[in-house]
Amino acid sequence: MGQTVFEPWNDPNEKPLIQFKGVTKRFGEFTAIDNQTLDIFPQEFFALLGPSGCGKTTMMRMLAGFEAPTEGTILLAGQDIAPIPPNKRAVNMMFQSYALFPHLSVWDNIAFGLKRDGMAKQAIGDRVAEMLKLTRLEQFARRKPHQISGGQRQRVALARSLAKAPKLLLLDEPLGALDAKLRQDTQFELMDIQEKTGTTFVIVTHDQEEAMTVASRVAVMDHGRIVQADTPARIYENPNSVYVADFIGDVTIIEGTAKRAAEGYDITFAEGQPVLHAVSDVELTQGQRCSLAIRPEKVSITAEKPEDKRNTLKGKILDIAYLGNLSTYHVELPTGQIIKAQTANTRRLSRRALTWEDEVWLGWTDTAAVLLEQ
Amino acid sequence: MRRAVLILTPYLWLLALFLVPFIIVLKISLSDIALAIPPYTPTLDFSEGWRGFKDFLSALDFENFIFLTTDDLYWKAYLSSVRIALIATTLTLLVGYPIAYGMARAPEHWRATLMLLVILPFWTSFLIRVYSWMGILSGEGYLNQFLLWIGLISEPLTILNTPVAVYIGIVYTYLPFMILPIYAALERMDGSLLEAAEDLGCSRLTAFWLITVPLSKNGIIAGCFLVFIPTIGEFVIPSLLGGSQTLMIGKVLWEEFFNNRDWPVASAVAVILLLILIIPIILFQRNEQKQREADG
Repeated sequence: MGQTVFEPWNDPNEKPLIQFKGVTKRFGEFTAIDNQTLDIFPQEFFALLGPSGCGKTTMMRMLAGFEAPTEGTILLAGQDIAPIPPNKRAVNMMFQSYALFPHLSVWDNIAFGLKRDGMAKQAIGDRVAEMLKLTRLEQFARRKPHQISGGQRQRVALARSLAKAPKLLLLDEPLGALDAKLRQDTQFELMDIQEKTGTTFVIVTHDQEEAMTVASRVAVMDHGRIVQADTPARIYENPNSVYVADFIGDVTIIEGTAKRAAEGYDITFAEGQPVLHAVSDVELTQGQRCSLAIRPEKVSITAEKPEDKRNTLKGKILDIAYLGNLSTYHVELPTGQIIKAQTANTRRLSRRALTWEDEVWLGWTDTAAVLLEQ
Repeated sequence: MRRAVLILTPYLWLLALFLVPFIIVLKISLSDIALAIPPYTPTLDFSEGWRGFKDFLSALDFENFIFLTTDDLYWKAYLSSVRIALIATTLTLLVGYPIAYGMARAPEHWRATLMLLVILPFWTSFLIRVYSWMGILSGEGYLNQFLLWIGLISEPLTILNTPVAVYIGIVYTYLPFMILPIYAALERMDGSLLEAAEDLGCSRLTAFWLITVPLSKNGIIAGCFLVFIPTIGEFVIPSLLGGSQTLMIGKVLWEEFFNNRDWPVASAVAVILLLILIIPIILFQRNEQKQREADG
């Protein structure tokens, strides 16, 4: 049945394509990358995700060769790439601004790298034609970059960086300049092209949805450190810190103190409120401060107290965000804490039972929330 | 009405400051030399009415233009001017491009200062600056004194009153006209283009030739014209720094006007000079136009 799952990071026999080994990068006093170690495997679509200034672009520029690590080594296919200048690396980059050469046609832009390699004319023609076909740009070959649309420019940039068949393709915010609809289409196109060419992609983005959509693994970065590097599903379902939980998607954080109980912990979070229970593997001492992260879609919202949920809280609806397919309810507990609950709008809006100021019950199972150390 | 005024203003300006003087010069160039004030005939006498105007027209001829072709001094002077202007433009480009490049690559907070330094010489009279070059380049000038002092030469070099001095003067004077348009082109260039070129396999040098130079082409062309066009008619620099060896049409023009007091021939020289300059001016305009279209 089906394909084997692509999980080279779980296979100890698999050789990583890229290895960051204790890499630190400083710009003067500022530490952009702080002693990071990371393996990226062949044919991965790896996303570096984080807010601006977190060091994700520096990681990428070190791979491209525009920055050298201050300490540590970066290996590409087992070889230290520090002494190799950018023009000799089997790495190509797609720039955020696309950096298309404005004085050259689309065809010449794509052929640019091939010509530098001294490839035969015929071979260049074939390769460029192949790239134009891959990116559906055939009829624009003779146009100049300023004569085509933003989406087409983005595809030219992709074609140009793929033309030399690099071992590793770096994409710096590749979809940042496109509007939302086009961005979604292009995300799938990127995945498709990545699969067809079998190239390893490393993408830098600040858009968590984009990272989740395209990537096989996502590294969430903050202040020059990789906080968590894992599959999108694990990043979302099992964040290892409040930072990751908060950065990816919507979440409610409940702070409290933990007390060991069967299969997990009881969490006391406020006077007069029921004790919450969470199943968890984390090691917490008795009475340690902790955070409970819970996704809105895992919280049910009902008028009657739910009997099947281990954790139930009573509150009042403060706000309703109507997103069309979903509605997010902001429910205020008597303590002032706000908990978000999300429901799918499977019925017409006019039939909705709950409205502002309603007293409601929130409920979730003991495995729904993630318990995190503080 | 407002539109008409807007459109008419530049045309009136052109008419008053270019066309009218040009017609006067053209008219003088068709006249004959005379011992009179002004030193040519005929002059238009409005009191004679229509008949006077017809007499006036019939007295005009192309004698002076024909004369220009008989004496080889003139075409040699034109040719020499063009040659000197071409060489000087090339030299200015060679000196100006690296300066513009350096300015465009300089940290942003330095650029305004560097720009000021380039324009600064304009704040002093052009004539004084050329005179000061005489002080630098002459036999006992600062340059020779310095070279003698460091022991590079044992005899003073003769630089003043040679073509070399003219080139130095022209390059010095017109350098800002070369630097500014090239700088403008280079400064607009996106730095990631060079990174992209390197990423695709270019060395720094090939990236310069394949990306930087083509992208600054319009600046180079504009700069070259801005130097070439005024240099052809240049008069002060060759006459102060060039001595008698340097033959340039501006100097010939001056001598015809003030030494020979032959206004008609001098005007004919000026008219031909203008005709020669029209070609590069039109080319320059077309380059500007093309650039505007590319930007637009």
